[in-house]
Amino acid sequence: MKDKIAEKLLLFIALSAIISLMLITFFIFQQGIPLIFKAGLGNFLSLKWAPTRGGFGILSMVVGSLMVTAGALAVGIPFGLAAAIFLAEFSSKAIQKTLKPIIELLAGIPSVVYGFIGIVILVPFIRETFGGPGFSVLAASIILGIMILPTIVSISYDALLAVPNTYREGSYAVGATKWQTVVLLLLPAARSGIVAGIILGMGRAIGETMAVIMIAGNALKIPGSILDSVRTLTSTIALELGYAAGDHRGALFACGSILFLIIIVLNIIAIRITSRK
Amino acid sequence: MTFRIGPRTSQIIFYVILLTMTAIVVIVLFFIIFYVLRNGVDQLTLEFLSDKTREMGKEGGILPSILGTLFITVVATVIATPLGVGSAVYLVEYTRAGPIRRIISFGADCLAGVPSIIFGLFGFIFFVISMNLGWSILSGGLTLAVMILPTIIRTSEEAIKSVPHTYREISYSLGGGKLDTILRVVIPTALPGILTGVILGIGRAVGETAAVIFTAGSSLGLPTSIFSSTRTLAVHFYILAREGISMPKAYGTAAVLIIIILAINFIAYRLMHRFIARYY
Amino acid sequence: MSKISIKRLSLYYDSCQALKDISLDVESGEILAVIGPANSGKSSLLRALNRLYEIDRASIEGDIRLDNESIFRLPINVLRRRIGIIFATPVVLPGSIRKNISYGPRLHRKLSKSDVDELVERALKSANLWDEVKERLAESASFLSGGQQQRLCIARTLAMRPEVIMMDEPCSGLDPISTAKIEATMLELKKEYTFILVTNNTKQAARVSDRTAFFYLGELIEIGSTQRLFTSPVDRRTDDYIRGKFG
Repeated sequence: MKDKIAEKLLLFIALSAIISLMLITFFIFQQGIPLIFKAGLGNFLSLKWAPTRGGFGILSMVVGSLMVTAGALAVGIPFGLAAAIFLAEFSSKAIQKTLKPIIELLAGIPSVVYGFIGIVILVPFIRETFGGPGFSVLAASIILGIMILPTIVSISYDALLAVPNTYREGSYAVGATKWQTVVLLLLPAARSGIVAGIILGMGRAIGETMAVIMIAGNALKIPGSILDSVRTLTSTIALELGYAAGDHRGALFACGSILFLIIIVLNIIAIRITSRK
Repeated sequence: MTFRIGPRTSQIIFYVILLTMTAIVVIVLFFIIFYVLRNGVDQLTLEFLSDKTREMGKEGGILPSILGTLFITVVATVIATPLGVGSAVYLVEYTRAGPIRRIISFGADCLAGVPSIIFGLFGFIFFVISMNLGWSILSGGLTLAVMILPTIIRTSEEAIKSVPHTYREISYSLGGGKLDTILRVVIPTALPGILTGVILGIGRAVGETAAVIFTAGSSLGLPTSIFSSTRTLAVHFYILAREGISMPKAYGTAAVLIIIILAINFIAYRLMHRFIARYY
Repeated sequence: MSKISIKRLSLYYDSCQALKDISLDVESGEILAVIGPANSGKSSLLRALNRLYEIDRASIEGDIRLDNESIFRLPINVLRRRIGIIFATPVVLPGSIRKNISYGPRLHRKLSKSDVDELVERALKSANLWDEVKERLAESASFLSGGQQQRLCIARTLAMRPEVIMMDEPCSGLDPISTAKIEATMLELKKEYTFILVTNNTKQAARVSDRTAFFYLGELIEIGSTQRLFTSPVDRRTDDYIRGKFG
């Protein structure tokens, strides 16, 4: 009897995560989708963002989000994979035990701190070295690249460790060197885990807000080079939500809906990949 | 003439490249921590920590933000911990592979990937406006509770899974029911692992900005109830830095944040290690 | 009247049948040894008797009676208190020796500190472990040796004051001295308890049991007094097994 009640109660509790997800989906879409219909798809996908005067074009922000995400991946993938391979294949147990928590600590540093480091170090550096405002696609890409490292490293590392040792032994037995084994055998074998890590890292990059606001410059146009200022979907939401009302607020939720949709699709792909095994 | 690199040389080159790149990652991390601490540490006086904030942060200390962070984190943890641990218990002890487990896991995994600005939007429209809680500690805490829920679920789930099956069998064989077994054997045994998840969740909550700025607001007054608007350390730091109010105060606030985050991660790491040493 | 009476018992794990139409009685105050090679259904028999098979999601046919009452009518916690089990590998629960022993009784009633003291001492004395651990009852039980841990498990079961104690190869991981201690404990306790001893060790069965049952591939091949079964087995498979030809 006691056990039956406990089971029912626990089931109810266990649904809290999925119920939260459904509530989030419902409220974001309910606030955002009507505006898209009201403005019309042409307006919504245009370049003109002047939400207090009927311009709801999010194109430059979508392009901005995609650019900084691509930049983040360009930084995060090589360094993340290198660190994962180094840890999994070229390190002793003791080094693994020290380095893994250190890299995971990167995930714990608040995004505002990353943004701040960007402002005080990276932005002036870029301004002085390459010219331009410094607040740029490049600055955002580098900082976001660092921020997604722990995601890529952890998941790729786990995927590499999950490759059975017999593979390695077989490869050494036919005379392959360690790096040949890594490139020809281990990376392909761990491919799905690595891809999942990259997709989750991509989700983090596209959804990151505070660090990007602080260093990307937030100019409302499609950047002509990586040294130009850029504004993302997330920046727009955070910059304007504080004072937005009416259709303007609806437009920000429409941005949120697009972002949320992208994230959910990325998540589903990553979950699919990791649970296929 | 073609120049060939032998397998030994290429092996060394490959190793050096990997080592350098890994070293860069680690150096960047240490640099960030060191830089913030070095510039902020002389700000860390007792007055700075215990004084009210004056002139938007140009003068005075950060007591309101410390209290705001504390209260919001407590609200978030108190709500998310029972939900997270309960979900994990249900997943491990009451479900087998099947649609119910898949749905619950999917919810947790997806929620884990939702960016904080979306939580901010949701908290703003749901807690602040629809439920009419206003910008408050309660709204902020509830929003963060949803955000840290998946961390607690996933870590607790792993901890509960690693409790040896034989412990449950012993408990049943001594006449224990399922609930007795869970409460007296499974949860106490998994406790260090569960606590690790809770502490990691606290770490996420403390460092969060986007999800709290639109739900708890940015009031600088000392909070008087859970319906007070408040400003967390991360939000205060963001405003100081972005609006250029006071660089020294910004560094000081950042140092406090970094020290809290380091302490939290260290505790979580130690707990996890004690747990792993015992059961693996 | 028999202590336990098993009628036409079959037990299935998913598609595989672990026990095939078993009927046998266990008499009050005896030590019944159950022997047989691997996969003969010995452990499944024990798991059926206290309905532990339910957590493995196995299914069952037939009936089992304890003091002439069907075990399927008893509340499960009452049944498991009356029929205790000791597993092959001693599993001590996290926590002190004291906490391990009082775990079972505490599930069923509230106990004062002095109740627990008394119960712990009595159980440890019955299991011949008291003298070795009386100074460190509050210490973690995981630091005891394998043989001590197994006796702790016996004490933990005794603390519930069961009527029947089932042992599933209780000495399989132990050295001869620890084994001798546990066998001595069993012979002492026989006055108060009924034992079912599953063992791989035919010599152990011969040393301590009153009657012996031989199982093979889920079937009960032969049961009789230990003396008779070991000197003149009826079935050829029993004869082969006790001569060590397989198993």
